[in-house]
Amino acid sequence: MKFGTEIVLLSLFAFGALVAAGLGVDEPFRQHMWVLFFALVGFTAILLRNTDFKPAAPIDPSAYMDGPIRYGAIATVFWGVVGMLVGLVIALELAYPQLNIGPWFNFGRLRPLHTSGVIFAFGGNALLCTSMYVVQRTSRARLFGGNLAWFVFWGYQLFIVMAATGYLLGITEGREYAEPEWYVDLWLTVVWVAYLILFLGTILKRKEPHIYVANWFYLSFIITIAMLHVVNNLSMPVSFLGSKSYSAFSGVQDALTQWWYGHNAVGFFLTAGFLGMMYYFVPKQVNRPVYSYRLSIIHFWALIFLYIWAGPHHLHYTALPDWAQTLGMVFSIMLWMPSWGGMINGLMTLSGAWDKIRTDPIVRMMVAAIAFYGMSTFEGPMMSIKTVNSLSHYTDWTIGHVHSGALGWVGLITFGAIYYMVPKLWNRERLYSMRLVTWHFWLATLGIVVYAAVMWVSGIMQGLMWREYDEQGFLVYSFAETVAAMHPYYVMRAAGGAMYLAGMLIMAWNVTMTIRGYQRKEQPLPGSAPALQPAE
Amino acid sequence: MGLIDKHALIEKNATLLLVGSLLVVTVGGIVEIAPLFYLDNTIEKVEGMRPYTPLELAGRNIYVREGCYLCHSQMIRPFRDEVERYGHYSLAAESMYDHPFQWGSKRTGPDLARVGDRYSNAWHVQHLADPRSVVPESVMPNYAFLKDTPIEVKDFSTHLIANRRVGVPYSDDMVANANADLMAQADPNADTTGLEKRYPKAKVGDFDGNPQQVTEMDALVAYLQMLGTLVDFKNYDEAAGYR
Repeated sequence: MKFGTEIVLLSLFAFGALVAAGLGVDEPFRQHMWVLFFALVGFTAILLRNTDFKPAAPIDPSAYMDGPIRYGAIATVFWGVVGMLVGLVIALELAYPQLNIGPWFNFGRLRPLHTSGVIFAFGGNALLCTSMYVVQRTSRARLFGGNLAWFVFWGYQLFIVMAATGYLLGITEGREYAEPEWYVDLWLTVVWVAYLILFLGTILKRKEPHIYVANWFYLSFIITIAMLHVVNNLSMPVSFLGSKSYSAFSGVQDALTQWWYGHNAVGFFLTAGFLGMMYYFVPKQVNRPVYSYRLSIIHFWALIFLYIWAGPHHLHYTALPDWAQTLGMVFSIMLWMPSWGGMINGLMTLSGAWDKIRTDPIVRMMVAAIAFYGMSTFEGPMMSIKTVNSLSHYTDWTIGHVHSGALGWVGLITFGAIYYMVPKLWNRERLYSMRLVTWHFWLATLGIVVYAAVMWVSGIMQGLMWREYDEQGFLVYSFAETVAAMHPYYVMRAAGGAMYLAGMLIMAWNVTMTIRGYQRKEQPLPGSAPALQPAE
Repeated sequence: MGLIDKHALIEKNATLLLVGSLLVVTVGGIVEIAPLFYLDNTIEKVEGMRPYTPLELAGRNIYVREGCYLCHSQMIRPFRDEVERYGHYSLAAESMYDHPFQWGSKRTGPDLARVGDRYSNAWHVQHLADPRSVVPESVMPNYAFLKDTPIEVKDFSTHLIANRRVGVPYSDDMVANANADLMAQADPNADTTGLEKRYPKAKVGDFDGNPQQVTEMDALVAYLQMLGTLVDFKNYDEAAGYR
């Protein structure tokens, strides 16, 4: 019977959730278990409607398994829209605080929803589906483990739903980018180990002698995130039927563990994984080999070795001992080199094909992504210098820096990969519209420029106002005055974010129409086909 | 380049690649984090630190739940402007019982490490319920619902036990009296001699201006009012604390 075991297991888990909803020791936990119950029941119902007693058609073991990748591509676009929409909402909440509708939609609860939504839901699904796509094609092997890929995909979506609803209910560990509580963390650990087995298993059964460079990055990202997630989320639950837990570490040790995790969520989730994406999709889209094999080896090992040390730069001038701060700063500056190694390797892959920037908006998107990667990996080491950090820390400059990396690098390279994959996954001749890709590119790029520029100005202004003294030696500004001064910048930042979101919505439309099999009747982009020359 | 040629070995062996990259990424964490657990000078020697009272702990949990740390830091850096604005720079010792730490990373609002005793209880209640009624420039959400939400206590000793399991020195006496202490701290008429003996410098009283019930507002204000007030800086040897 199709889905037989799945239906039985899901019903059992749904029953367990119902029991937990009844017996939970705190109100948020009971509500959260109701959410889980309805999610599981809904999923069971869907499977029941699609069950079948006929024996399943035999699977061609030599064919690629693209089902979960198709779902992953859709999920990436869907969660991208959701996560960025929440981002726009909280940006507007800072500009117009009346928009805070408590308690569920207050800034403090929506902000983790935004960060997790874009990092783990949008970025995570992008990594999941592109890694499954890349590992099969570069290993010439079907995904390992039968339906394991489906478990990873749906298990990850359940993690997202539980994390997101938890934030709204006020269930949080209070650790940035690691907010989900202990039971959601345990679930993610299960899913992540399955993901590791899926990915490693596929590499092990490859028919190519060499493991392709993109897979080095994906593999190191998966294993490092497993380590970071487990160590950083060690905590003591108050009750096994309650949502609250207390972190295993306290104070200064807890702070460094958290930022060791936090910075490497950037380094491995948002960098190494997406470099894997770059190493496959850029050469494919421009139809050129990777620029330098040696550079890829050196920058891979240097990058993963150095990144892990950089965490303490989030704690400059705090109560963290000075030796750890200095160590973090030194390694952060060194990190500039392998980062630019990756940028050079990506950009120089276009050697001999630079004209494609003019003619192919997808290539343009990828090149802009790598350029933003280069920019923010220069800005990061600069901000990690203690003197610079004394000004930038606690200000909007940090937020601007994160967004130039997240919107510029992570966002644009993902869009490029999705635009590349979608026609191939659904056997379409081409995308619905290339002109819409051009629109997306310009809206996104201008949105980032507005966002980052505004945050530079506001962040530096904020930092300078806090430390400004008059000639008599008094602080010039009260804190409230510095808050008031931020208002115009908060408005402009929201405008930049809205442009980026508009681009994302255009993408959602373009991808939907491509999947449905439409092709927009439009003039081809100038230069995309070689112009015919009259015979002499 | 002989070494680069040998890389083919790793490229052909997935296990080697997996183990190799795992080893490479563990080094930094071990060198930076592990020493913090055994180097004696990581946490300064101070007088006055004690575990949170049950009411303060409940308030701290609300602080975490509402995501206050996303806009308020609790970490004063040793700069002239910060020390003048907020008070003595923060010590590692002051967050030694914080599971999790709440140093924060952003100051959309001011630092709160030493907000205790700076404003009256009534100011805090008014400010939390309607921030712009006392600070017109504020962009803080309002938290009026805290006043109407009675605190869900159940068996609060489980919270103290969980903290004890991760190293906070709650005594058996503290655990046994957890619920009673929680209610007594917010009740101006209660006998609080036991509470004040167990938790020196604990502030007692009706925090939210509503003596009828103990609300989440009581707990949050009790927490805010103790922030940064425990360490006795008169007896603190600054030079010995440098590291």
